[in-house]
Amino acid sequence: MMLFRPNPSLGVPIYLQLMDQVKHAIETGALRPGEQLPGIRPLAEELVINPNTVAKAYRELEHEGIIELRHGAGAFVSRNSGAKKLTDKLRAAQTTVAAAVKQLRAEGLSEEEIRRLFEAELAGLARGGNRE
Amino acid sequence: MSDRLTIETSALRKNYDGVEALRGLDLQVPAGSIYGFLGRNGAGKTTTMKVLLGMARPTAGAARVFGLAAGDRNASVDIRSRTGFVSEEKSLYGYMTVERIIRFTAAFYPKWRRDLEQRYVRAFELPLDRRVKALSLGTRSKLMLLLALCRGTELLMIDEPTAGLDPAVTEEVLQALVAYVSGEGATVFFSSHQIAEVEQIADRVSIIHRGRAVVAGALDELRERFRRVQLVFDGEAPAPAFRAAGIVRAQRNGRSITVLSSAGADAVIEEARAWKPISVDVVPVTLKDIFLETVREEQ
Repeated sequence: MMLFRPNPSLGVPIYLQLMDQVKHAIETGALRPGEQLPGIRPLAEELVINPNTVAKAYRELEHEGIIELRHGAGAFVSRNSGAKKLTDKLRAAQTTVAAAVKQLRAEGLSEEEIRRLFEAELAGLARGGNRE
Repeated sequence: MSDRLTIETSALRKNYDGVEALRGLDLQVPAGSIYGFLGRNGAGKTTTMKVLLGMARPTAGAARVFGLAAGDRNASVDIRSRTGFVSEEKSLYGYMTVERIIRFTAAFYPKWRRDLEQRYVRAFELPLDRRVKALSLGTRSKLMLLLALCRGTELLMIDEPTAGLDPAVTEEVLQALVAYVSGEGATVFFSSHQIAEVEQIADRVSIIHRGRAVVAGALDELRERFRRVQLVFDGEAPAPAFRAAGIVRAQRNGRSITVLSSAGADAVIEEARAWKPISVDVVPVTLKDIFLETVREEQ
C-alpha cells in the first residue's frame, strides 16, 4: 500500500499529511467507497511511523465522515455522500489554488515564496476570527 | 489527562559530586507511546535513565515507573524485570558467541519471544557463531537491541538505539520499535541525537537542557504550535519587545525581525501590526529548529 507516504520532516503534523493522502486517494479513485483501508498496525509498521499517529488520522477522518471505523473489522471508505461532497468541494478548491499558483509562478515567484504567502494569508485569516 | 503514565518524574534532582546533572526534571510518558528524549551531550539523559532504573538514587523529587518509586530497592527490582534496557555502553560478555549470549539471556526471561528472536536474527543479519568481542560496533548494537526486544517487557528504554548504524539498519531498528509498540501495546522511551528518526516514529518528545525539560508534549501539537515569523520594515526595525506569550526568541537584524513562537503566529502578528511591517512571513518550524533554538546557549 504505497498510496501513502508522509514526510516526517515537513513541519506539518504527520496525521494531517496522512489524512490529506487518504482524501487524495479517494479523490483520485485509488480508494473507492466501501473499500477497506489498511489496518492501523500494518500501516504504521509499513510506513515506520507511530501507530497512535495512524489511529489519530483515522479518528479524524471518521469525524469528517470520510471513513467509517467498524469495531473489530477495520476502516472503510464511507459510502454516504459526505466524502463525495467534500471531494467535490476540494476538487473545486484545487482548481482555484492551481490557477493562483500558476499565475504567481508566471510572475516569477518561487515555490518557497508562494508557500510562505499562503501561510501568512492563513495566519491572517485566523487573526480575523474566521478560523474553522 | 486520563492516560496511564508508564514513567513520571516531578521536580527530579540528581547531584553527582557537586555537579547538578538533573535540576528539577518533569517527565510524563503515557503507556503505549513512543517517547523521544532529546538533548545535547551532558544534558542529563543518561542520568535520567539510570535514576529510573534504580542505578542512581535521586537527590530530590520523585521518579516513578509503572507507578512504583524508582528509588525504592524492592520496587526497583520489579521495575527492572519489566523493562528492557539498552545502554550506550553496550557491555557484553565478549567471550560468548552470539548464539550463546542469546540463550543465556533468554534463560532469565520467562516471556522470552522466540518468534521475535528468529525474526531479528535474520533481519539484523547476526552471525550466530561469532564471538561477541569480534563483532563490529553496529552489529553489537543490533545484538543488544535484539536482547532487549525479545524479553517481552512492557517498557523498552534505549539510550541511542541507532548510534553508529547505517541507514538501512536504522530503518530496521525503527520498524522493530514501531512493531513493538503496535503489537505488544508496550511503551518505548528512547534518547537520540538523530532528530529525523525521532520525528519519524515518536508521538511524544521532550527536549532536556541542563537537567530540565525545556520543551515537552505531543509532537503533532508542537508542530502546530511552533511558528517562525519574519517581519520586514521599511526602515530600521524597532526593538523586538513582545508581550505575547510563548516567544522563544526574537531577534532584530537591520530591517527585519525574526520571532520564534511556541504559541502560534497570531499574537505575534497582532502585536507587530502597530509597527507597520511591510511584509509578514510565517513558516512552520521543524523539530530540528525547535531543538537548536531551545538548547542554544545565550550569548
